[in-house]
Amino acid sequence: MVLWVDKHRPRQLDALDHLPALSRQLTTLAANADFPHLLVYGPSGAGKKTRIVALLREIYGPGVEKLRIDVRQFSTPSNTKKEISVVTSNYHMEMTPGDVGVHDRLIVTDLIKEIAQTHQVDSNARRAFKIVVLNEADGLSRDAQSALRRTMEKYMSSLRIVLCAESTAKIIAPIRSRCLLVRVAAPEVPEIRSVILKVCKKEGLQIPDNFATRLAEAADGNLRKAILMLEASRIQQYPFTDDQKIFKSDWEIVIDEIAQSIISEQSPARLLAVRGTLYELLSHCIPADVVIKRLALELVRNLEDNDGFGVKRTVLQAAAQYEHRLRLGNKAIFHLEAFVARFMTVYKGYLIDCGMG
Amino acid sequence: MDDVRSQEEVVAVLKKTLESQNLPHLLFYGPPGTGKTSTILALAKELYGPDIIQSRVLELNASDERGIDIIRAKVKNFAKSTVSSSSRPSTLLSSSRLAPQLHTQFHAAPPPYKIIILDEADSMTTDAQSALRRTMETYSRSTRFCLICNYVSRVIEPLASRCAKFRFRPLAMSAATARLEYICAEEGVNVGAGTVETLVRLADGDMRRSIMLLQSAHRLHMGNEITVEHICEIAGVVPEAVIESLLAAWTSGSVSQIEAAVASVVRQGYSATQILDQLQDRILADAHLTSKQKANIALSVAKMDKSLVDGADEQLQLLQLMVTAY
Ligand SMILES: Nc1ncnc2c1ncn2[C@@H]1O[C@H](COP(=O)(O)OP(=O)(O)OP(=O)(O)O)[C@@H](O)[C@H]1O
Ligand SMILES: [Mg+2]
Repeated sequence: MVLWVDKHRPRQLDALDHLPALSRQLTTLAANADFPHLLVYGPSGAGKKTRIVALLREIYGPGVEKLRIDVRQFSTPSNTKKEISVVTSNYHMEMTPGDVGVHDRLIVTDLIKEIAQTHQVDSNARRAFKIVVLNEADGLSRDAQSALRRTMEKYMSSLRIVLCAESTAKIIAPIRSRCLLVRVAAPEVPEIRSVILKVCKKEGLQIPDNFATRLAEAADGNLRKAILMLEASRIQQYPFTDDQKIFKSDWEIVIDEIAQSIISEQSPARLLAVRGTLYELLSHCIPADVVIKRLALELVRNLEDNDGFGVKRTVLQAAAQYEHRLRLGNKAIFHLEAFVARFMTVYKGYLIDCGMG
Repeated sequence: MDDVRSQEEVVAVLKKTLESQNLPHLLFYGPPGTGKTSTILALAKELYGPDIIQSRVLELNASDERGIDIIRAKVKNFAKSTVSSSSRPSTLLSSSRLAPQLHTQFHAAPPPYKIIILDEADSMTTDAQSALRRTMETYSRSTRFCLICNYVSRVIEPLASRCAKFRFRPLAMSAATARLEYICAEEGVNVGAGTVETLVRLADGDMRRSIMLLQSAHRLHMGNEITVEHICEIAGVVPEAVIESLLAAWTSGSVSQIEAAVASVVRQGYSATQILDQLQDRILADAHLTSKQKANIALSVAKMDKSLVDGADEQLQLLQLMVTAY
């Protein structure tokens, strides 16, 4: 079964519903014989990847959609063999260097340079250069980024790099200054809504206005999420009703429940109970930063406004602090738990001050 | 080398050195896009001419394996190999954009040494750098090293002290402006009022960045006039209106307003580092704040910058900045 997110992915730049001005610019860019390295950035689910794929098609034609998956091997300095899967067409290659963890530098020094040195196999190709798309480029280590610097300059005749990242903060300045920066903003509610309506039309579904709007609002600017929610709702209940409940993932429900439970009771026993739930989330591969962020925002949303700036402020400060620490440390549960404990202390103190505790 | 702008001292000293036929080891350092790589490639071309450059110049950069053993072996092989008269077109220099006008002046008798360029030397491990000391001495009769880096402090002292140091400065405003205007004229780029100034200001001395921005804008707006707004958009500058909305939320003191404003900029994809930069500028210029308040905000901003580089979540960091300071 194909998910709707994939089935209804637009394939051409002019078919993209969102950011038409950007699509036009990219079309102009693609029409040029020459082409720069790109750094495409923007929040998750804003459609960076879809846009990159559409751009590739604009540059090379439909041939770029004939994909195969190659497994490339390379060996580390200590001579262990490593593998990375590379999505390949005749004209381009796409990979996620983060797949090989600390060895990502070798992807640049071995794989990408090798690609750069071999010429375009297809003599009918519209461009002499190949494009290498690097996903999650903000996860590239500094070593890997340094290795990219001269590579991007030396092989201009045979290679272009397209970096895809959520943020530019971790891309080093020398790389940024070698790329054209392309910002992909997340779609607004009306745009998401129109995509939802479009998908419904293609699937032959009737959707009440109000429900479509609520879905769009709940998607947080994330188109992928919107379409996944729509599909999940379809499975849950069809025909749709105006007041149908918005589908939430299990992990979202669990986090929201944690928020409720620590607002209603602050005690060592409750902390212990929450620890169990947090462990469970982590063991289901929900990233710790996602957990802490949703939990913090949910807490702030659920505290009453007259709870004062104080508690909310501390919640946000603590969330930022522990989320930062959890990037640096390697035991996520410590930091999650510390955050919960901190919230309990502050909130309890506040309640006592108000004579409610 | 005459095309290298705004680095007059460097170029003058280098030229002198060339006349004497006795080149010391070199260390070039300075921020990105100030002409380090271009200068050494131009120098090499001037010394050897296009034909023998391949056999005389070895370039190793951060994309090459530069562990201790490998570097020793590579240097050894290269230093030992006899001069071949191969006249294959040089791939080494294909990216030297400053090169074409230079080889008219190369010496009839090229110098008796070879050059090894270690570009991006600051990404070499300290161990590899230590090992390099010996290698440099062993082959000092036949080879000259040129180390290039952004941060001179990341090159170990014993290595740095063996080299003549050349500091590349961020390009002076006037030189960068002149260079961009020259490029606009050469390439027939149609620039509006103030565009070149904006380019120079945004690139902050990084010539590569300003040329890249200019070229990208030119490609995106084929033939049309390039405006300040075009440049700001591709440089990732956050529009004033967005900064205003953040400042308004910030001063409102309401957590829900702050939350909404931050969520909105994050959704629009603006980079938090860029937002931070622009907020900082606004705050420093704000006459209503005392020096102490400004100092406190600057502290928070510095902390946040560090967290962002560590990879912390942009939304949470912006939120905590705005609920903390002001
Ligand atoms: N001083 C300069 N005069 C004229 N053009 C320059 C100068 N510096 C840089 N440029 C332009 O910027 C481009 C990049 O410069 P170059 O590769 O030499 O930078 P770099 O100092 O090696 O940077 P990095 O530290 O990022 O490696 C050059 O091709 C040239 O177009
Ligand atoms: Mg360089």
